[in-house]
Amino acid sequence: MTMQREDSLTTTGEVISNYTINFGPQHPAAHGVLRMVMELDGEVIERIDPHIGLLHRGTEKLIEHKTYLQALPYFDRLDYCSPLAMEHSYVLAIEKLLNLEVPIRAQYLRVLFAELTRICNHMLNMGAHILDVGAFTPNLWIMDLREDCLNFFERASGARMHSAYFRPGGVHQDVPEKLLVDIGDWLDNRFFQLFEDAMSLVMDNRIFKQRNVDIAVVSREDAIAWGFSGPMIRAAGIPWDLRKSQPYDVYDRMEFDIPVGTNSDCYDRFMVRVKEVYESAKIIRQCLRDMPQGPIASTDGKVSPPKRGEMKQSMESLIHHFKLYTEGFHVPAGEVYVATESPKGEFGVYLVSDGTNKPYRCKIRPTAFSHLQAMDFMSKGHMLPDATAILGAIDVVFGECDR
Amino acid sequence: MAVLHSAPRYASNEGVIDAISESISVWLLGATEAHGEVSFRVKRDDIARVLETLRDDHAYQQLMEIAGVDYPDRAERFEVVYMLQSLTKNHRVMVKCSASEDTPVPTVTTLWPNAGWLEREVFDMYGVTFAGNPDLRRILTDYGFEGHPFRKDFPMTGYTELRYSEEEKRVVYEPVELAQEMRSFDFLSPWEGADYELPGDEKSRGAPTVTEPKTTEKPADTGAGAKANEAAAKPSAPEQKGSGTPAPGAPDATSKEGGR
Repeated sequence: MTMQREDSLTTTGEVISNYTINFGPQHPAAHGVLRMVMELDGEVIERIDPHIGLLHRGTEKLIEHKTYLQALPYFDRLDYCSPLAMEHSYVLAIEKLLNLEVPIRAQYLRVLFAELTRICNHMLNMGAHILDVGAFTPNLWIMDLREDCLNFFERASGARMHSAYFRPGGVHQDVPEKLLVDIGDWLDNRFFQLFEDAMSLVMDNRIFKQRNVDIAVVSREDAIAWGFSGPMIRAAGIPWDLRKSQPYDVYDRMEFDIPVGTNSDCYDRFMVRVKEVYESAKIIRQCLRDMPQGPIASTDGKVSPPKRGEMKQSMESLIHHFKLYTEGFHVPAGEVYVATESPKGEFGVYLVSDGTNKPYRCKIRPTAFSHLQAMDFMSKGHMLPDATAILGAIDVVFGECDR
Repeated sequence: MAVLHSAPRYASNEGVIDAISESISVWLLGATEAHGEVSFRVKRDDIARVLETLRDDHAYQQLMEIAGVDYPDRAERFEVVYMLQSLTKNHRVMVKCSASEDTPVPTVTTLWPNAGWLEREVFDMYGVTFAGNPDLRRILTDYGFEGHPFRKDFPMTGYTELRYSEEEKRVVYEPVELAQEMRSFDFLSPWEGADYELPGDEKSRGAPTVTEPKTTEKPADTGAGAKANEAAAKPSAPEQKGSGTPAPGAPDATSKEGGR
């Protein structure tokens, strides 16, 4: 941190001094490369000016130069803590433009892995949040659970983080039966023991509460006006969840509750996430129970590639394969805005197609943009150490914020 | 068209266009519903009034996103798209207006505080200015960056690159130097959709004008030079004896070969 002292004389002649502090861009509690220029009066925050964009890679511009399928892996690299949730919005946007039917097993698989991603994301965020306010152990414990999730992703897609598993028309590959059994087994016999142990250390912990309760209280009206979504708006007591209100894939078949907060402070945001993990586990169990057999990608050969075996036998499949991996598929001209409930909130993709094989424009709506923007008004009047708690409760990842 | 996709399903679009068009008719330029999305095109100068009407009278409480799009062929090349969401009606609409570099769009920071950063981003990426935005700085690009990178005429590689200089002990900016030329693969099928001409296709545009039609009536017309003309003047392969109609009972050519 660098400090700069500004002395000024008041009318009575006494010297008051405001500090300007540079928080980040290299700060362990900044959750990435965030630079915040803070104006402090003693230890009280007067103003925060977050400087973002240090991780700006021009993803949207790159996507304009790729075919629809080639652009997919860029989404893994947005919010690298919940990569599959990012892909979800994008594939749904393409499918909406194509009006493409997705087989029911593929929809179940997507919901299953989207929820596993949610657990995976919340493990990281809650661990980091706890760490930010001074507790070390829970992070180590639940990071182990995150590792389990990553192993499941690896077994499904071959990659731990950047899976590129969701594809327009379905998913890339079917999962082995043993993987589904193991996920169920993990939920039944391992996950909750560890998770509940870790949470029991913090949920009623005096220090944890002192650091979080009544910090950054946001009224319902403010939460709506600032464009909050996800756990941030639910902590404000608004039961708004896109999985429930605007269901996609097979979420309308799932039975789950929307946890809401009452006080809209950092503690409520944390607790909403804790409860969401239980709801996600519920959804995963329902997916495992109800998932039918069947194809895992659209049967439309013009969009989803043929199986390797078919290519050896069928000329048509061979042509489809060649065309899909060179030219790619064409998407009808038009524009859609598709938003899904990512673990962090509403993650939207505004896709403009001009009828060719490449997106004309792909605007990504990051969840962090409206949340981080509210950082200034949320932390006004709080103490400097509260800023890390607020930031932790926002759940911000800069891959997604800066794009 | 039946809905086959499984994208988010919100409340029906039925009657939305009529209801909203009526109350914003003064500022409305057009309304469309395509791919299940309702969008309104409105006059630029009245965008704030339109959005205020939508927020207060039609319960679209949240501004989720402002997106810029660049259409270089249009007179006003940029389009600014506002995504609104209603929590009470569970519905989404898009509102669009066009803009150019020197026609500022009225700000909506007065309606939604989160519009500030969203407008800053459109300004940063496209150079669209927002009149009344109190803090219209760049947001995503580097400090001191010049240009607006998401414009279609901005090269993907950019103009400057930076590296850490060991001699100067700091990061230095230099013009982009590509080790190999920027490759832009174009896989569009030339038989459908491609709007450019394949090399050689220009020849098919109309028959070429020829003053003297070329003929090869005499051997000298071959145009291959004197030597070739000489060769051409010679009678071609000497006629074989016994050619013409073979004598009755004569063996056919193959067996004659074999007999040699």
